[in-house]
Amino acid sequence: MSVQIQPDFSYTIPIDTVGVEERVSRLNKRSIKKESKLLALKLALSMIDHTTLEGKDSEGKIIQLCNKARIPYAPLPDLPPLAAVCVYPTMVATAKKALLGTSIKTASVATAFPSGMAHLSIKLADTKFAVEQGADEIDMVISRGEFLKGNYNFIYDEIAAVKEACGRAHLKVILETGELETLENVRKASDIAMHAGADFIKTSTGKVSPAATQPVTLVMLEAIRDFYNETGQMVGMKPAGGIRKAKEALQYLVLVKETLGDAWLTPDYFRFGASSLTNDLLMQIVKQLTGVYQGIHYFSND
Amino acid sequence: MADKLKETMPSNDVNGTPKPSSPNADTAEQITMLWEYSPAPESSEHISISDKYHHFIGGEWVHPEKGRYMTTINPATENKLAEFAEGTSEDVKRAVKVARKAYEKSWSNLSGKERGKYIFRLARMIQEKARELAIIESMDGGKPIRESRDVDVPLAAAHFFYYAGWADKLGYAFPGRKADPLGVCGQIIPWNFPLLMLAWKIAPALATGNTVVLKPAETTPLTALKFAEICMDAGLPDGVVNIVTGAGQTGAAIVNHPDVDKIAFTGSTEIGKIIQKSIAGTGKKFTLELGGKGPLIIFEDAPIDQAVEGIINAIFFNQGHVCCAGSRLLVQEGISEKLIKKLKDRMETLIIGDPLDKNTDIGAINSRSQYERIMKYLETGKNEGAEMYQTSGSLPENGYFCRPTLFTGVSQSNRIVQEEIFGPVLTIQTFRTPDEAIEKANNTPYGLASGIWTDKGSKIFKTGQKIRSGVMWANTYNKFDPTAPFGGYKESGLGREGGLHGLYPYVNLTPV
Repeated sequence: MSVQIQPDFSYTIPIDTVGVEERVSRLNKRSIKKESKLLALKLALSMIDHTTLEGKDSEGKIIQLCNKARIPYAPLPDLPPLAAVCVYPTMVATAKKALLGTSIKTASVATAFPSGMAHLSIKLADTKFAVEQGADEIDMVISRGEFLKGNYNFIYDEIAAVKEACGRAHLKVILETGELETLENVRKASDIAMHAGADFIKTSTGKVSPAATQPVTLVMLEAIRDFYNETGQMVGMKPAGGIRKAKEALQYLVLVKETLGDAWLTPDYFRFGASSLTNDLLMQIVKQLTGVYQGIHYFSND
Repeated sequence: MADKLKETMPSNDVNGTPKPSSPNADTAEQITMLWEYSPAPESSEHISISDKYHHFIGGEWVHPEKGRYMTTINPATENKLAEFAEGTSEDVKRAVKVARKAYEKSWSNLSGKERGKYIFRLARMIQEKARELAIIESMDGGKPIRESRDVDVPLAAAHFFYYAGWADKLGYAFPGRKADPLGVCGQIIPWNFPLLMLAWKIAPALATGNTVVLKPAETTPLTALKFAEICMDAGLPDGVVNIVTGAGQTGAAIVNHPDVDKIAFTGSTEIGKIIQKSIAGTGKKFTLELGGKGPLIIFEDAPIDQAVEGIINAIFFNQGHVCCAGSRLLVQEGISEKLIKKLKDRMETLIIGDPLDKNTDIGAINSRSQYERIMKYLETGKNEGAEMYQTSGSLPENGYFCRPTLFTGVSQSNRIVQEEIFGPVLTIQTFRTPDEAIEKANNTPYGLASGIWTDKGSKIFKTGQKIRSGVMWANTYNKFDPTAPFGGYKESGLGREGGLHGLYPYVNLTPV
């Protein structure tokens, strides 16, 4: 058994924001056309964590969401299903049942989402409940207040504890990058999360603005790449919130392709946390196949 | 797939019939195909290139006196693009005579405001024809369309806009002094940024009231000839801009013509020295923008991923055909291993191929002779005992393509460290202390440009003060702006182009 030495998290890896933005804008110039575009649209579709995280969520809405995940667009039955449905813990059982017999995962937010302002025991209980209800994946939030205090060991220990509570469920760690503000913080939080056992690192809850941005995603992808080079472990990435258009989704795929390589271009290692992205992808897919845009009303709003 | 869609989506009922709600997970197609970018070539169909170009003298196309023509090819395909006139001293004489007449009769008598109007018009017309110019630049020179579209052409237009603004404000540029034009300027430009170098030369010359005889490089004359068309369309007075094409002898004829008042040359140090010798004692003013061997200093506190990106921009921009390219990497020992690994990984993602493809990062080497020169240097490097690393991707069958190349295990005395290769070739050395970095950075005959990467602002200034180069970029590289003066120390040249400084070489100043 190898003993993994934890890096000193108080050391800050310098990141030049101007340079990161420049790299992103260069990658955004990649021209994705024809077959390449169609394949990318379908790939993006298969990577969506179809999400509803509202206080007014009902069983009926969850069932609709699951149906959409199974058959995103009935006239094109050959399209891939979405990757997962992401709900609150109390809705996990409903989703799990609705997705029975499919490959679609049930994901649940936990740990006092979205603020994370609760005692560890409550967060663990929240996580365990979601797992017991049948969640395949847990999306936890880190304690941003403690992080900004410089209490990095607290963050590490908390993630490690939640990971343990997850059991066999996959753990996605939400950094809430909109509250971390600097790219150097994003990098540091990414490193802590990965060393503490995250299977995925995720940008945002979707409840704080700004949510996912490409510069933040690039920094996290670079952290994943460096972690892989150090440890040989592949960690997944999930930008979430604010990605609404197919074009942006393709730009994210380019970021992944040119930073991490093709091995990460699967729903096992890359996800979009989004709800309205699905329909834009579908519209673009139909446009690619038929040459004409369909009206938005032809696509179900689930 | 498309056929299947038509079956399920009859045209009169685009939404199709509802499908049964059985789970389709088993039947859904699995995406196992590797996602690659499809070719995305910029179309060259609407581009007009004539079969044969003559000199542009006195506002019209003039056949060369001796009737000789040369050929320009597309270096990415080796196909012929066009023929162009080979200028002789007779052609140059004619051009200078016309330029002199235009200077005396029209251009120098115009008010600055009127000159400015013409130059603004040229700038706007470059913008209007940006797409065509970019495509021709890429076809003629082999540079990726991404660069000619996003860098060369917009910057060329920006130079004209900038100097157009100075035309009626020379009194403010030189307070208390009167700025008179020189007369006829002979300008010789290189093949690495054909249109942009034309703009660097012509814009300040016209703004200050001079007329111009310009010779583009023999491998890339087309955008200069397209610019001649723009001058005609803009109604620029005849003879203000004259373009004589040809090779070295044509250039020599311009340099040695007695009625030329100023020489502006961008090119190799070797030719620069010849020019300096031949005009010694003639009283001609001159600016020389020559070679370089730019050092890139990476300190261990640098933002490493952005530094890697900076290195990529510094040496692989325009296939390394950049006089200010950062071709010598000096990296602090502690991070060298990590940095080189990251650099190699990043180099693997560079897309080499058709310059007209919008996704191409590295295009074709400009000409066969340059290709051979680079190959010779690669041999030299290996013979000198350096370790060569090249990226693994395949190269197009035709055309002159060179893989991005690194040399490690080099010493300061190696030819590949001392001499300008002008290709996508980077040498890597390490250093331990800032003083060692500065010493190595300065230890070449060149001093055009340099780069520094560190997270610490004070280190940038402390090191920067001791580096003898005309430009130093901090945490970035190859950034250009018409307002910034550009030029070299030591054998990298004399005089500055760009900015307010770029006006000086084109004026005689007298106290008012």
